[in-house]
Amino acid sequence: MNNRIHKLTVALAGAVALGGATLPAAHAAEKIKVGLMLPATGTYAKLGTAITNGFKLYVDENGGKIGGLDVEYAVVDDESDPAKATENANKLVKRDEVDVLVGTVHSGVAMAMAKVARGTKTLMIVPNAGADELTGPLCAPNVFRTSFSNWQPSYAMGPVLLEKGIKKVVTLTWKYSAGLQAIDGFKESFTAGGGQIVKELTLPFPNTEFQPYLTEIAALKPDAVFVFFAGGGAVKLVKDYAAAGLKDSIPLYGSGFLTDGTLAAMGGAGEGLETTLQYADGLDNARDQAFRGGYAKAYGSAPDVYAVQGYDAAQLLAAGVSAVKGKIEDRKGMITGMEAAKIDSPRGAFSISAAHNPVQDIYLRKAQGELNPAVKVAAKALADPARGCRMQ
Amino acid sequence: MTIKTHTAGIAQAVVLAALAAYPLVGSEFYVEMVAKVLVLGIFAMSLDLLVGFTGLVSLGHSAYFGVAAYAVALIAPEFAPANLWFVLGAAVLISAAVALGIGLLVLRTRGIYFIMVTLAFTQMAFFLFHDTALGGGSDGIYLNFRPEPRIGGWMPFDLAEGSQLYYFILAVAVLVFVGIKRVLRSPFGRVLVGIKSNEHRMRSLGYSTFNYKLGAFVLAGALAGLAGVLYAVLFGFVTPELLSWHESGHVLMMVILGGMGSPVGAVLGAGAMVALEEAFSLLTTHWQLLMGGVILAVVLFLPGGLIALPGRMRQLIKSGGPHE
Amino acid sequence: MDIFSFLVQTLNAVQYGLLLFLVASGLTLVFGIMGIINLAHGSFYMAGAYLAFGLTSATGSLVWAIVLGVPLAMLVGAALEALLFVHLYKRDHLEQVLLTYGLILIFEELRSLIVGNDVHGVAMPDFLAGSIPLNDTLSYPVYRLAISAVCVVLAIGLYFLIQRTRLGMMIRAGSHDRDMVQALGINITVIYRVVFALGVAMAALAGMLAAPISSVGPNMGGQVLILSFVVVVIGGIGSVWGALLGALLIGFADTFGKVILPEFAGAMVYLVMAAVLLWRPEGLLKKGA
Repeated sequence: MNNRIHKLTVALAGAVALGGATLPAAHAAEKIKVGLMLPATGTYAKLGTAITNGFKLYVDENGGKIGGLDVEYAVVDDESDPAKATENANKLVKRDEVDVLVGTVHSGVAMAMAKVARGTKTLMIVPNAGADELTGPLCAPNVFRTSFSNWQPSYAMGPVLLEKGIKKVVTLTWKYSAGLQAIDGFKESFTAGGGQIVKELTLPFPNTEFQPYLTEIAALKPDAVFVFFAGGGAVKLVKDYAAAGLKDSIPLYGSGFLTDGTLAAMGGAGEGLETTLQYADGLDNARDQAFRGGYAKAYGSAPDVYAVQGYDAAQLLAAGVSAVKGKIEDRKGMITGMEAAKIDSPRGAFSISAAHNPVQDIYLRKAQGELNPAVKVAAKALADPARGCRMQ
Repeated sequence: MTIKTHTAGIAQAVVLAALAAYPLVGSEFYVEMVAKVLVLGIFAMSLDLLVGFTGLVSLGHSAYFGVAAYAVALIAPEFAPANLWFVLGAAVLISAAVALGIGLLVLRTRGIYFIMVTLAFTQMAFFLFHDTALGGGSDGIYLNFRPEPRIGGWMPFDLAEGSQLYYFILAVAVLVFVGIKRVLRSPFGRVLVGIKSNEHRMRSLGYSTFNYKLGAFVLAGALAGLAGVLYAVLFGFVTPELLSWHESGHVLMMVILGGMGSPVGAVLGAGAMVALEEAFSLLTTHWQLLMGGVILAVVLFLPGGLIALPGRMRQLIKSGGPHE
Repeated sequence: MDIFSFLVQTLNAVQYGLLLFLVASGLTLVFGIMGIINLAHGSFYMAGAYLAFGLTSATGSLVWAIVLGVPLAMLVGAALEALLFVHLYKRDHLEQVLLTYGLILIFEELRSLIVGNDVHGVAMPDFLAGSIPLNDTLSYPVYRLAISAVCVVLAIGLYFLIQRTRLGMMIRAGSHDRDMVQALGINITVIYRVVFALGVAMAALAGMLAAPISSVGPNMGGQVLILSFVVVVIGGIGSVWGALLGALLIGFADTFGKVILPEFAGAMVYLVMAAVLLWRPEGLLKKGA
């Protein structure tokens, strides 16, 4: 049953890409070589695994094929180390001669990959890294993203807070590009609607001694606090915030990474936190339910947003391959196919913007136990402004 | 003695010939990898000048490498290639100046304190690039075009072409190698070695050891900067992580793995490190476990590094068994 | 900054400083007395945090986890000393750095193999879970204050152990002249094993105590490693009081750096270390003080 849905999806994606022409013919003898450059060690290892699982799930559901082509993988552990990133990307592109580069989590590493992809004209799909530049000033015809731009999830939070009557906000994030860009996104929509940012607090990455900031927030007494944190830092912040007694008097909001995969470790301190992200638990669509069932069956755990992004990277690639009926030498045709693709994602269908970033719904979610169920759609079909993108 | 130097000379000539011939047979990726080994080799040789010869263990050597790499990316215009000689000279000068400033301060300390102050300065440099918009922040910065080695209107070679870049890097590496050997044979170099074995004695002999150490520190910083320039040109991407203490540790590891106090050892260490990482990561995702094991084994069983391996083997054969 | 905020920030600084001392104290011991630069110190801290996570889940209480975990850490420490570190006493600092760096890689991968890459949280004991209200918006967690108290007790205990006990006397003598102590018939091998085991246990204890107020996850050791070294070096290697002083100094530099000079917050700790060492090239308090 599952399998049929997915086959239909491929067919649908292909059909859409072809503008409703015939279904792609199978090219049994041919294959596509996919280079997965993701972290297998280090802080982001878990995210790398989830993305890999998501990607492979789609391929396995389609009988080991993408758009009718057999898939061969080449894998590199990028360690989330930008200092080794160019060489690692070259390993896949030049040594293993992959047809497409898929990766990665860390923005700096993804920037280095994009540089290699642009230089060698290799097709690249980013399944996580949110650096605005990738689909902004550094956008390129052969670089696509199936995740988000740092701007997107937090931009959606501005109107949500204004609607709640919140006027004065303090922001807090690590002092690194992802955090600063996310805060900028929030600031843009929040101040445009008449809100005021009282103070922008930043702490050095990856420092997690929050106590001085909590004292400062208590003194500033804003209506709310908006943060960008992920992983271990997110866990510690939310626990410290609650322990300082601020949770009830000054509500905490954040970009969704704050509560994704971290709620269990927060031990109840995260209960009720409202965040915005392109994915949520308990979405009311059959596509998502099928995906979650399939993922749980294959890997014995519930999927997260990273798994979805990996899965959609495979779907986007399938759209491209189907568009050229498996003749992947036709790079231009593939790109056209991917640009036109409407991805039937577990997060809800999305299309690809002119800058190759998803145009997607951003959900407002409210933490409940270990889940982040959707409250509503905070922003419908939100497109990144793609500032500085001049697609050649 | 003469036979030994003779064989060493032949071995070096053979290695050089092999390196020169490599682009003819190697694939693009591996040519680039050997080029990277050469760059790291220069980096390691520059650190060896401090650690192996002068006895100054610096855990902040990545600062000069990274600052020079940033200098290249920042000086170069965004939409056109820069002049190689200009960016090269400017970047090396900048890293030498930074080394001079830091050296004046840190050389007042010694031993473990020296290790920690050098670490402190490299961390400050790291935060300068990571936390400010100066060089693109934490995401790093692109070098969009490889610099052109223009002299007037004449362009003797083209670095945009992979093999020509390789030969350029090889030539620089050979120059640095020969240059360091000459420095070490010079009176200046002999004083450095004297400082390592007994600084007190050198001072009582009337040498201003501080000035000599500072000279070594600046020279090492400038050469590390040279390696940083080549790195930026080779990969076209500069990131704050190049300045982090992990990179300092990494290059220190190369020096010790290869064998301290020998430029050959430093290059050997760089090559072995890159080769091991490459081989292990192909084997398993938990390759760092193997890497850790190798490091342990080298410390416990091969204290002189790889360069000491032939000597140890000879000794082993002669005595018929291991002994300490 | 009003006076109330200033006082609370001072409390933050002292509390953070004491926590840093807790983490660094085991390092002072091993570093100062045995002369071993142990980069794997952070890994022992991480191991302690994971022990706290595992044992708290198994026994239901952090207190039990500590009661069981500390002796376990001592055993591991003694075994590591007998197998590996015993080879390092006659080697130079550089080789120690290298070997213990290798250990970091191994411990980090073992962690990934055995417990995976998830981030975990550890519940604090119920009787310490509350907060004390400071004003209408801000409260202070009791657990943090409790840790501070533990740190003070530990600092005093360590001082007495080294300065006032027979074992301490032997340890001090051994750190000055290993061979002489041996010639006097004291078994230096055993003493070193005890000291190292103690150092590992203290790092692990720090990890366990910090677990409820931090997140237990990959690379958590690396973050405290450098800070521990900074603290020990600022204070003067081998000095317990020096480490305490260094820890408090870093606590203040970090806390007030974040509030007053947020632009330089990242570099602040290193700036302070560089300044101290340029002023006093062997740390604030020399050995034995």
